[in-house]
Parts: sequence; C-alpha cells; structure tokens
Amino acid sequence: MQVRPIGQPYPATEKGNGVAEFRIRFDGVSKYYGQQCVVDKLRLDIEKGEFVSLLGPSGSGKTTLLMMLAGFETATEGQILVDGYRVNDVPSHKRDMGVVFQNYALFPHMSVGANVAFPLQMRGISKAEIAGRVKTALDMVQLGALSERKPSQLSGGQQQRVALARALVFEPRVVLMDEPLGALDKNLREQMQLDIRALHQRLGLTIVFVTHDQGEALTMSDRIAVFNKGKIEQIGTPRQVYDEPATRFVAEFIGETNLIAGTVEVVEATSVTIRMNGGNIVRVAGTDGLAAGQAVSVSLRPERLSLTQVSGTDASLPGNTISATVTDCVYQGDHLRVQLTGAGDASYIVRLDRRSAEPQRGAQVTAFFSPEDCKVIAS
Amino acid sequence: MSGKSFLQKSGPLLLVAPLFLFICLFFIWPLGSVLTQSVSDNAVARLLPETAKVASSWDGQSAPAEGLQAAFVTDLRAATDEQAVGDMVRRLNSAQSGFRTLMSKTLKAVQDKPEGPIDLVALDRKWSQPQYWKAITDALSPTTDRYLLAAVDLMRNDAGEIISQPPKQTINVAIFGRTFWISATVTIFCVLLGYPYALLITVATGWKKQALLAAVLLPLWTSLLVRTAAWFILLQEQGLINSALMDLNIIADPLALIFNRTGVIIAMTHVSLPMMVLPIYSVLLTIPKNLMPAAASLGAHPLRAFVRVLLPLSFGGIAAGSLLVFMSAIGYYITPALIGGAGDQMISSFIAFHAQNSGNWGMASALGIVLLVVTIILYAVYERLATQRERSA
Ligand SMILES: Nc1ncnc2c1ncn2[C@@H]1O[C@H](COP(=O)(O)OP(=O)(O)OP(=O)(O)O)[C@@H](O)[C@H]1O
Ligand SMILES: [Mg+2]
Repeated sequence: MQVRPIGQPYPATEKGNGVAEFRIRFDGVSKYYGQQCVVDKLRLDIEKGEFVSLLGPSGSGKTTLLMMLAGFETATEGQILVDGYRVNDVPSHKRDMGVVFQNYALFPHMSVGANVAFPLQMRGISKAEIAGRVKTALDMVQLGALSERKPSQLSGGQQQRVALARALVFEPRVVLMDEPLGALDKNLREQMQLDIRALHQRLGLTIVFVTHDQGEALTMSDRIAVFNKGKIEQIGTPRQVYDEPATRFVAEFIGETNLIAGTVEVVEATSVTIRMNGGNIVRVAGTDGLAAGQAVSVSLRPERLSLTQVSGTDASLPGNTISATVTDCVYQGDHLRVQLTGAGDASYIVRLDRRSAEPQRGAQVTAFFSPEDCKVIAS
Repeated sequence: MSGKSFLQKSGPLLLVAPLFLFICLFFIWPLGSVLTQSVSDNAVARLLPETAKVASSWDGQSAPAEGLQAAFVTDLRAATDEQAVGDMVRRLNSAQSGFRTLMSKTLKAVQDKPEGPIDLVALDRKWSQPQYWKAITDALSPTTDRYLLAAVDLMRNDAGEIISQPPKQTINVAIFGRTFWISATVTIFCVLLGYPYALLITVATGWKKQALLAAVLLPLWTSLLVRTAAWFILLQEQGLINSALMDLNIIADPLALIFNRTGVIIAMTHVSLPMMVLPIYSVLLTIPKNLMPAAASLGAHPLRAFVRVLLPLSFGGIAAGSLLVFMSAIGYYITPALIGGAGDQMISSFIAFHAQNSGNWGMASALGIVLLVVTIILYAVYERLATQRERSA
C-alpha cells in the first residue's frame, strides 16, 4: 500500500523518496517540563510491522514519548520521523496514528458503531463504505452484535476491544497503545494480549505498546525497549533483554535475579573468572571487553540455579558451585522458592521444580550453574 | 408497637419538619394567596351583601325591580369604610364607564337621606339602564377571570365571549414579548461568553484557575444592586467605558450605553454570567480529559472534535445554565429600572406598578401568574428534553 507522506522531508536536503528503512525514528528526542528532563536525547528506530514495547517503571517517560509521537506533546529537541518525514510540527489529527488510551477514551454519547465510524467520517468516506468497514472491524474484535450499545453498557474488556477496533478501522500507519490492558483482570488481560498479538500478525501492523508489566512485554513484543529516567537502558528481543541484561537496572527490572558483586580475576579467550564478594570463584561465558581487576556484578536467574544436598565443593558437579545454607523454602504452586545464605552473607534466591524434594531449613546445600547461565554486568 | 419505634419512624420526618414549615409559610402560602388574588374579586361583593341576596331574582334584561334597588341602597348606607367604597367604585367604573360620577351622586344622596327608600332612577336616568345593574351583579361574583384575561390583553364582551382588548389598551403582551426577548438575548450572550470561559477554567491550572473562578464567584457574593450601580457608573456618557474608548481614539462621540436596551443587556449579561458559567463548568469537569486527544488521533480537526464530542457532552450544562439565566432574567427589576429607558422596562416593573402605585393586586397577581406559568412550561420542556437525552445515553 502506498502511504501518503506526512510532514516535511528529512533531512531537508533529502527528497522524500520512500526509501526510509524505518517506519518511526526518534532522533535525539528530548522533552523537558520546566527544568525536569523527562525524555533524554532518545534514539529509537521502529521497523515497519514491528511490535515494540516500551517497558519501564512509573514516571520513566514512556507515556510522554508516546504522546510526542501521537502529537499531543511537542518535543523540546530532536526529530521525530515517520516514513522518513519529520512530523514534529504535524498536528495530531493529521498524523494518521491510531491511539488506544489506558482508559479507552470511548465517546460516551455515541454508540459502539458510531465510535468506530468516527475516524472514517473524519476522513470523508462514503456512508456505504463506512457501514461495511465498521462491521468488519467490529467482527474482527467479536463485537459485531453490540454495535447499537453505548460504551457504558459494555464490560471493561468489551470497551477495550471497541477502542482497539476504533484505532484500527482507518488502517493507520502506526498503532500506539498506552497501557491498554491495565484495567483488566488477569484472565482477560492474557486473552487480550493474545488477541492483540494475533491481530498484529494478521494485519502486519506497526505497534508501539507502553506497559510497565514485564510479563506483558515479554509475551507480546518483537522488541522491548527498557526505559529508565527518560533513557533507553536496553533494546532487544525478549530473549535478549531477559537472558543478557545489559545493565544492572535491566537485570533487576525484568524478571527476578540474583545480583552478586565481584571483581574480574582473569580474562580468558571465551570466558572470564570472577571472584565474588564472599570468596567464591565463578567462571562466566563471554568476555564483553572486560579487564582484570574490574568491579562487576554477576546476574544469576533463580531458575538457572540447581541445588544438591551435598555440602562443600564437589568436583563432579558441572560448572560453578556455591556453598550455602537454606534459610527459607516456600511452595508456590508451580515452583519452590528457596532462599539461601552463602559466604559473606550473600543471599540467593533459587527456583526449583515443584516436584523437587523440599530442602530443610538450615540444611547445608550446594548451588550450581553453568558458565552460560549467568551474565556479567559491568558496574 | 412501642413509643420508641414510633419515634424512630418519625425521627427523620421531624428533622425535615422545620424546612417543610418554612416552605409552607414562605413559599406555598404566598403563592396560594397570589393565585387567589388573581382570580378573586370581592371589592364589590364585600360591601353589597343584601344586593347579592336578591340579585339572582333579577333577569338581567329589564330595568331592575324595587327589591334590588332597595337592597342596594341599604348596602350603601351600611358601607362606612371609605377606602373599601373607593375600591368598589373603581372596580365598577373599570367594568362600566360612567360609574364614578353616577356613584358619587348616588352616595351623596344616600348620605343626605339616611332613612327611607330612595328613587334611584329619579336621581339619575342611568339607573334605569340594565347595563349598570349588570355591572354590579357581575361584580358580585367572588371569582373573576378578568385579571388573567387582561394580563394577556384579552377581555370579555357584553355577551361574555373572550375577545382581544381594544388596540389602545393592549400593552401586556408587548411587555411580555419584550421581557422574553431581552431574556433570550441575555441568555444567548451568556452562552457565547460563558461557555468559552468555563472551558478556560477547566483547562487552566494552579493560581490561574483560582483567579478565573474567583472572577466568576466574586460578583455572586456582591449584591445585585451594587453590581447594577457599578454598571450605572461604567456606562455613563462620561463613564469609564466611553472615556476610555475616546481616549484611545476609537470613537469620536460617546456611545449611547445607558438608558437604552444595549445597556440593559450588557448589565444583565454580566449579572447572570455566573449562573451560566458554573453549571457548564461543573459538566465540563466530568468529561474525561482524553476524549479530545482521542478525537484528534482519529483524525478530527479541533473544531470538528469540539462540535462532535465536547459540545454534545456539555449540552446538559448549557441547557441547565440557559434555563437558570432565562428564568431569572424574566424576573429582573432593578437592572432595567436603573439602566434601561422607558422602552426597556420588563414585566416585573409593571407588576410592581400595579401592586404599589395603583393598588391593583388582582392585576399584579395575574401578571405574576402568567410569568409563573411560562416558567413552569419552560421547565417542563427542559425536563422532558433532559430525560429523553438520559434515556438515549
Ligand atoms: N504535563 C506535565 N507537566 C509536568 N510534568 C509532567 C507532565 N506530564 C508528565 N510529567 C512528568 O514526566 C515524567 C514522566 O511521565 P510519564 O507519564 O511519561 O511516565 P510513564 O513512564 O508513562 O509512567 P507510568 O508508567 O506511571 O504511566 C513524570 O515524572 C511526570 O511527573
Ligand atoms: Mg504512562
């Protein structure tokens, strides 16, 4: 589909030639509220058809970034490009982006059908065509039977789907969603996650999805941009941000992790040896430009640790070993959560399979893990 | 049942009793008495009890019988309250011209001859004409619709049919028209000024919001008379507005702003504005903040978004504000009196005139009733529209 360009060609010398590889590009975008920097010289490229989640703690500037993209806020500096065109000065009603708001923002005085027809009416599309497209859009979210209802007569999940249909019906070049599932209960939220994901794949939509629920981001996204204080700490596939957190913040924010401080002892060809605080020596795969003597943290996911009742180091165990004492053990349905205290009062969380034997409190155990299952973070 | 449970049941009722009594005493009772005043007509019947007794025997066509005349004379002799007699004469004269001279002649004769029958026809030829007697017997009825009819420029002819009054006497309909016209104009100006202002308060934050709100509320805490007096000063030929405009060389001669319709509408609009701004503001507050951004993201130009989204959602506030402004505007008295010319006086002034200057309580009440009925009809229409919208929402 040939999309009509919006905004001015960028850079100004370059013609709008449609060769932009990226659908959206944030080029050094900052936003200041007074002296407060909310978004800080941010760079981010989003490809056509990509599902990108913006994940971060409250107040990290996710909504602000989305609002700048939608045109409700102006960037203090930097360029926002859509299909290679600068859109900073394009008013929001000309940006052609579908926005799904956190609390849906349905028009309460219009029926469901009228809500979905609204963007089409604004585009001067003929009545007959509108009727057809509204029906298709509502069928897509399985609400075809409810088009005469008012939004107030729908459940939260249904309203959510109307908002989705309304944002998609005019085939926008980008769909922006600001925590659209925040108000739904767990089951409905998971159902909607799958629905949105399926729609994304079927329609080839470009979606920017804001959330502070890491599970949601991991389930839905092609790529996750982890936000912290107006900056992107890391951007990558769910697997990358989970398995190879680039910073301490990412490691802690996404999933649960054991972060143990230490110093690099030896750098070898494919691995490094680290002396952890408390004396344990561990080998970690990958060198990542580390140098001997450097202070680092090791991120150890709780589910990557295994336990054995045998105490002391045992040469027969693969990889790294840590001796520790069990301080707590909780059955959590799908897993056992064991808390350990090791040398130098370092504490570890271990996640065991639910069928494992429950270790006794106070028992001496050894935790072991392979060099590939941990990640060194420069600190 | 024990006494305690009775107390428990009637406790809440007792709490509302003071308010209930207050409403009865200061609202329902006066309203009832106004209603009664507008249809009651005992200025004549009060003084002529004997005449009333024999009046039914007269056929209304021929010259009256001796009995009726005798009863009339008896009643006149018994009537000592001069003011009441004056009221009666005025009332009779308004039904049949010529009664004033006839009665003063008759009353004098009655005074001169305190005993025995008086030959009224010999006293004045008019007493032989049935229409004078008809005026008396008609006026004996304790209720009348003449005030209500007169309030809308109608009257009954001799045959009792309702006809419009002779053109020279029609004034009330024109004044009602003027009243509604001024009120409607003021309401429209209030909407045009009040809506954007309410919108501004909604989007403003911090001290600006407080200042904007205070600018609406402050006049509400000031007496109406003071506000009108302020406009009286501002609108003068050498007042602040004219001198400012002339100093700025925008106009060469002072604008005529006072003692005319312009001034009345300016002052009334200002005085009524809070009643428009506050209901609209309260409705705007309830509209979610993200609807306008949502409309924009869906491709609506701000103006279209306003017409399609914000305006329909705030319609309730506009309707409530308009109703308040219009209803209070039709009752305005001080502002047109101080700032208007002779052609800008509204119905209240005429009600006051009838009540205070001419002592015609019946007429004053009837005009008041017409005003009340119009207000009630307007309110009913508003309620109807409001419930319809509610049902469809
Ligand atoms: N209009 C505004 N004026 C001043 N500061 C603002 C404004 N809007 C947002 N902020 C500030 O900008 C920062 C980022 O806000 P933003 O809404 O982008 O966070 P967020 O990442 O979306 O958080 P959440 O997950 O809670 O929605 C916050 O510290 C907030 O206080
Ligand atoms: Mg947010």
